Amino acid sequence: MNPGLVMYEEEFRKISGICDRLMRDAGAKVVFLVDKNGQLISASGASQNLDTTSLASLTAGNVAAMGGLAKLIGENEFPSQFHEGERESIHMSIVGGKVVLVVIFDARSSLGLVRLRVKKASEELARVFEQLSRRQSTPGVRSPLAEITDDDIDNLFSA
Amino acid sequence: MSFINYSSREINCKIVYYGPGLCGKTTNLQYVYARTSPEAKGKMISLATETERTLFFDFLPLSLGEIRGFKTRFHLYTVPGQVFYDASRKLILKGVDGVVFVADSQIERMEANLESVENLRINLSEQGYDLNRIPYVVQYNKRDLPNVATVDELHRLLNPRGVPEFQAVAPTGVGVFDTLKQVAKLVLTELKRGA
Repeated sequence: MNPGLVMYEEEFRKISGICDRLMRDAGAKVVFLVDKNGQLISASGASQNLDTTSLASLTAGNVAAMGGLAKLIGENEFPSQFHEGERESIHMSIVGGKVVLVVIFDARSSLGLVRLRVKKASEELARVFEQLSRRQSTPGVRSPLAEITDDDIDNLFSA
Repeated sequence: MSFINYSSREINCKIVYYGPGLCGKTTNLQYVYARTSPEAKGKMISLATETERTLFFDFLPLSLGEIRGFKTRFHLYTVPGQVFYDASRKLILKGVDGVVFVADSQIERMEANLESVENLRINLSEQGYDLNRIPYVVQYNKRDLPNVATVDELHRLLNPRGVPEFQAVAPTGVGVFDTLKQVAKLVLTELKRGA
């Protein structure tokens, strides 16, 4: 089976920093990062009023569906997509083939500005994820799960 | 594909409920949602048609408690069961950590069950997974209906691998949590094994 994604403190701080800056530079309301399987990696901005878990899952579903459509017409994938609403708009782009960068913005910003800032942030994020995958494949890096006992797992379900 | 976050100290896993159309996948999730305390669950999302048939997926995030200081979160998904939604089913299996196969116990649905297991096997293998190795449990649902096959027969046809199996009546919750707990346990055991 594929090894799952592992996020460490150092990389998480870098990622959050990049997303926070993107939010300010792009004049966005919320920026979040989701892995392609629908797990939320980080959220910046006014995300406390948003159901970020649902957003992450639907983002992944949407990107997966668009990826399926792309393949049907002979494209590999659609690296970015944009949905314009009456007040809020969503820009999604695939970073490093693995994660999706989502920017939510309103009339105080513009698609052009968001695109420009996303491009720069994507490059930086891709480097962090490369670093992360190198770290994950380093021999000797122990997963926290290695220390879990069968009893720990049983106890979770004994209640 | 699990997601382990040291920063927020969380382990996230994905479980998919698979099975033929109208076997009760969505009903399983609805029961879990109804019987879980508000702090342990997120919003349940159903992308369904106007006639309440699953169009893309149902989604329910659940917290099961802590292991060694790590919060365990499970994302439960269902697939659309109807045969022609195969492209969507493939997408939902991406990154799966464990599968529940919900079988419809009614004799007249046996062929649909068999077709769906085979479809699961093929779709998993396209994603690089092997149905014989992935954390997997089988649920024989609708045991309260009159025209059901025996559990022996269902076992022989649908569970030759002999994975954990449960009898269920999803609308009243019989077997629903037993099924979920077992698959969650298998997923965590597999993660530990791979660690």
